[in-house]
Amino acid sequence: MALERLFRRRRAQGEARDIPELWVKCPKCDAQIYKKDLETNLHVCPKCEHHLRLSADKRIAMLADAGSFEQITGLKPTDPLGFVDTEPYPKRLERYQKEAGRPDAIVGGRCTIGGIESVLLVMDYAFAGGSMGSVVGEEITRGIELAAQENRAVVIVSVSGGARMQEAALSLMQMAKTTLALDRLWAQKLPYISILTDPTTGGVTASFAAIADVILAEPGALIGFAGPRVIKQTIRQDLPEGFQRSEFLLKHGMVDQVVDRRRLKETVARILKLLHPRTVNHAG
Amino acid sequence: MPLEFEKPIEELEAKIAELEGFATSSGVDLSGELQVLRERLAQLKSETFGNLSRWERVQLARAPGRPTTLDVIGGIMSEFVELYGDRTYGEDPAVVGGLARFEGTSVVVVGHQKGRDTKENIRRNFAMPHPEGYRKAMRMMDLADRFGRPFIAFIDTPGAYPGVSAEERGQAWVIAQSIQRMARLRVPAIAIILGEGGSGGALAIGVGNRVLILENAWYSVISPESCAAILWRDAKEAAKAAEALKLSAPDLLSLGIVDRIIPEPSGGAHRDPATTLSNIKQALQATLAELAGLGPEQLFEDRYRRFRGLGRYQV
Ligand SMILES: [Zn+2]
Repeated sequence: MALERLFRRRRAQGEARDIPELWVKCPKCDAQIYKKDLETNLHVCPKCEHHLRLSADKRIAMLADAGSFEQITGLKPTDPLGFVDTEPYPKRLERYQKEAGRPDAIVGGRCTIGGIESVLLVMDYAFAGGSMGSVVGEEITRGIELAAQENRAVVIVSVSGGARMQEAALSLMQMAKTTLALDRLWAQKLPYISILTDPTTGGVTASFAAIADVILAEPGALIGFAGPRVIKQTIRQDLPEGFQRSEFLLKHGMVDQVVDRRRLKETVARILKLLHPRTVNHAG
Repeated sequence: MPLEFEKPIEELEAKIAELEGFATSSGVDLSGELQVLRERLAQLKSETFGNLSRWERVQLARAPGRPTTLDVIGGIMSEFVELYGDRTYGEDPAVVGGLARFEGTSVVVVGHQKGRDTKENIRRNFAMPHPEGYRKAMRMMDLADRFGRPFIAFIDTPGAYPGVSAEERGQAWVIAQSIQRMARLRVPAIAIILGEGGSGGALAIGVGNRVLILENAWYSVISPESCAAILWRDAKEAAKAAEALKLSAPDLLSLGIVDRIIPEPSGGAHRDPATTLSNIKQALQATLAELAGLGPEQLFEDRYRRFRGLGRYQV
C-alpha cells in the first residue's frame, strides 16, 4: 500500500506526527491500519478481524437507519451518598463528562432499524468504563417503557465494567429496576435484542443484558459476571484460554449467536422483522 | 473469639465474673466493688455499641454465632421440609429452601446459608452460591406461586461465587433470571437481610414487596474490602470504603432501599440470638399483615412500583 510506504518513510525520517491522524495500531495483531480503512470496516481489523472498541455515536450510526435517530436520553447524575474516595464523586463525574462528552454512560433514542420502529440504547465505555448508576438504570428503564407505550422494539448495546460503586446500593437497585421494566415490554410481545460487546461484566450482565429474547455477542468480547482478575484471585489458578470470551459463552449456551460487527445490523434487522408483531402479516 | 472492639467489654465481663465467683466462694462482701464495675460495664457497652461505625457493623454482620438462615427458620417457623437441588445440574448447599409454617400460615422459604463452623462453611462455600443455588431459589418461587403461599427470602451472602464453573454455567444469567422471577411473584414476597447483602448475589432473592434488614446487617453493590481494593488500591482501607458506601441499615432506610429495620440486642445479634429471633418474628408477622389485603396483581404492581422508584438523578 502506497500510503503505508509513505508512512514508513516518514517515520524513518523522524516525522511521526502523522501517526495519530492517519494510522491506528491493532491491539491484537499490531498491524498498522490506515484509519479511514478502519472506519469503513466498522473498526474491525482488516488483517486479523479483531473488533476494536467502538464509540457510542458510531454504534448508533451503524445500527440506526440513516437519519432516523432521535435522542431521548439526557438525565444527569447526582451524588446521592456524598461519596468521597481518593477524590469526590462530583469531581470524577465532571472529568468523565468531559471525556465522554455526555452527562452519563448511556445514549439512546427512537429510530428505525431495517425499517422497524425501535428504541436503541447504547452504553458508552468512554464514560467511567460504562458503569451503571442511577442514570443508566433510569434511561434504560424509560427507554423500555417508551418502547412499550409506542409499540417499538428494543435494542440495547451493552459495554460495561459493572455497577457504579459511587452510588453503591442505588446502583445495585438499577439491576432490579431495568429487569422489571422488561415485563412491560413482553406484556405487549415486543422484541428485545441484547448486544454484548467488549467488555460486558458485573451488574449489567446480571440484569437486562442477560434476559433478552435474543442475545448477540461481538467476536472476542469479554463477557461475564465476575471480572477475570477477581476470579483469578479467588481460585488462585490461571484461567483457561478464551475464558469468558464470546465464543466461550456460545459454547456454554449463554448467547444465541456471535456476530461479526459487519453483519450485525442486517442480523438485528432480520430478527426484529421476524419477531415484531406488526410484521407478522408481511411475510414474503 | 471476640471482635476487636468487643475485647475491652469481654475483659471487663470476665473480671466481674471472677470477682463474683471469689465473693461467693470466700464469703467476702464485694458488692460495692462489683456495683462500680457493673456500672462501668454498662457505660462501656453503651459507648461502644451506641456509636458503632459502619465498619464495626460490618464485623457484627459477619460475627460467628450470628443467626443463620437455618437458625432463623428453625427458631421462628415449624414443620420445615427442606427441598434440595435445582433439577438441572446439582445441589448447592450455599442456598437452602423449602416449605414451612409461620404462625399458622404455610410459607415457602429460601436463603443463603453460612456455615456455623469452618467445616460447614467450606461445605456451604461461605454462602456464595453457584448458578444451581439460584435455580433452586427460582424453583421455590415457582412453588410459592403455584400454591399461593407467601415467599420469604433470607439474605446473607458475601456475594455470588466468582469462579470458573460458576461463569461456565451462567452466573450472570441466573441472577438476572432470579431477579425477574421474584419480581413476577403473585404472592406476598418479603426479603430479610440477616447479615451480609453482597451485591447481585444478594439481590437475586431480594426483590420483595418489602425488604427488611437487621440493625447491623449491610447491603451494597460491592463489599467494603473489594471497593477499597479498587478505589484506594488497598483492601486494608475497608473501613473508609464502608463509610463511603453508606451500607448500613439506617443509610439504606433513608435511601428507600429497605423498608424496615429489625432491632438487634445491644452488641449485636450474636450476643443474644433468642432476642434477635423474636424480633425477626415480630417484624415478619407485622409485614405479612401489611400485605395481607393485597390480591395477586396488586402484589405484583406493588413490587414493581417499589423498585421502579429507586434511583437518584437530575432531569
Ligand atoms: Zn489485527
